[in-house]
Amino acid sequence: MTRKIVEQAGDDGIDRRGFLQCMAWVGTAVVWSIGSGGILTSRALGAEQKEQQAGDFCFAQISDSHIGFSKEPNKDVTGTLQLAIDRMNQLKAPPQLILHTGDLTHLSKPAEFDTVDQILKTAKAGQTFYVPGEHDVFTDDGKAYLERHGKGAKGGGWYSFDHRGIHFIGLVNVMNLKSGGLGVLGRDQLEWLEDDLKGRGNSTPIVVFAHVPLWTVYPKWGWGTEDSEQALSQLRRFGSVTVLNGHIHQVMQKVEGNVTFHTARSTAFPQPEPGKADSPGPIKNVPAEKLKTMLGLTSVNYTERAGMLAVVDSTLG
Amino acid sequence: MLRLICKFLIAGVAVTALIVGALSGCSERHSDSTTTAPATDAIATRSAQQQVTIDNFAFDPQVLTVPAGTKVTWLNRDDVPHTATSSDSPPKFNSKAIDTDEKFSYVFTQPGTYPYFCAVHPHMTAKIVVK
Repeated sequence: MTRKIVEQAGDDGIDRRGFLQCMAWVGTAVVWSIGSGGILTSRALGAEQKEQQAGDFCFAQISDSHIGFSKEPNKDVTGTLQLAIDRMNQLKAPPQLILHTGDLTHLSKPAEFDTVDQILKTAKAGQTFYVPGEHDVFTDDGKAYLERHGKGAKGGGWYSFDHRGIHFIGLVNVMNLKSGGLGVLGRDQLEWLEDDLKGRGNSTPIVVFAHVPLWTVYPKWGWGTEDSEQALSQLRRFGSVTVLNGHIHQVMQKVEGNVTFHTARSTAFPQPEPGKADSPGPIKNVPAEKLKTMLGLTSVNYTERAGMLAVVDSTLG
Repeated sequence: MLRLICKFLIAGVAVTALIVGALSGCSERHSDSTTTAPATDAIATRSAQQQVTIDNFAFDPQVLTVPAGTKVTWLNRDDVPHTATSSDSPPKFNSKAIDTDEKFSYVFTQPGTYPYFCAVHPHMTAKIVVK
């Protein structure tokens, strides 16, 4: 079954105390809570903060920091990335790890990568895991990116790891892009994924993160991955799959069975909704006071006891 | 490269204008000067057609037809970087990053059709036809 998520009411079996902790700064966020049966519920949040329960695990997603971009509507993308990290650090229980879903830089320049490293060093989270965006690899086929973030990774930088019972899979769909095409994973990576999943129990919560959406958002603007179905077909047997993407600089969600898709805001600049502008270029005419309401980060809270992941989007302003 | 442009100019203008046309073509390849008569006008017209402008995530014109030996220049008017990357395998040309208001040029010496795209935004496609 494929459907767009709309706000649902009713009993979701979610323990609010378990997953609201990451939302101290939230004013306009929506909580997405994902049950092991794939039932997904959203609700608007107030600014409330709850106590975190033992066993809960919180991680954050940031995306599209585009360090090096210096035009309207944001001439200080370094400042807004730092603001996102500062917001995380201010939490009572800061995220334990950060996922950056690509386009760290704007032009893959060493100085831009250095700036990202320096800002992320100020995060209280123990570790940041990256996947590249096309802006990180297009000038040198990923050389500079892989020198920094490719250690231990395969091929164009894909890898997996386990943390607190969750299996995290970082995929790369921005290498070797073809004319007129979408994002692409490629045969080597799909074969690696099959091996990686082999022998894992269906009850293992899976978090997949990649830059370009792994679902078709808007092919006319290249917002999709042409062979994503071959990856998703390997993931459907799992009871809880959360797919986190960036690239489109806005929040979108969709659920297909047990698989929940989610795209994050950029920390740099907003892009238009699909088809709502002539091109997917930055939205330029944003009043300064409104910009931070169009940038943001995402946090995900996992309640081990309930086996659920809650995805929460927050703006920077 | 310059020699090829000169050769083309020589073929394209009257014998009497040959030397003047060739010289001005070599020294001012992107001149849009229209101050002198037939030969210079021909150069100016050709100059205008040699440029592909990138605006609003699109190449303009979508199809540019030029004589062999023409130097084609891409100009990025967008606020984000693009590339002009040959779709052939291996690529016949690849601009790498063309940032805002930057240019990239490539001389097409052989007749043929040269499809290309933006490696950052692969939905942006166009082609150069060389006669």
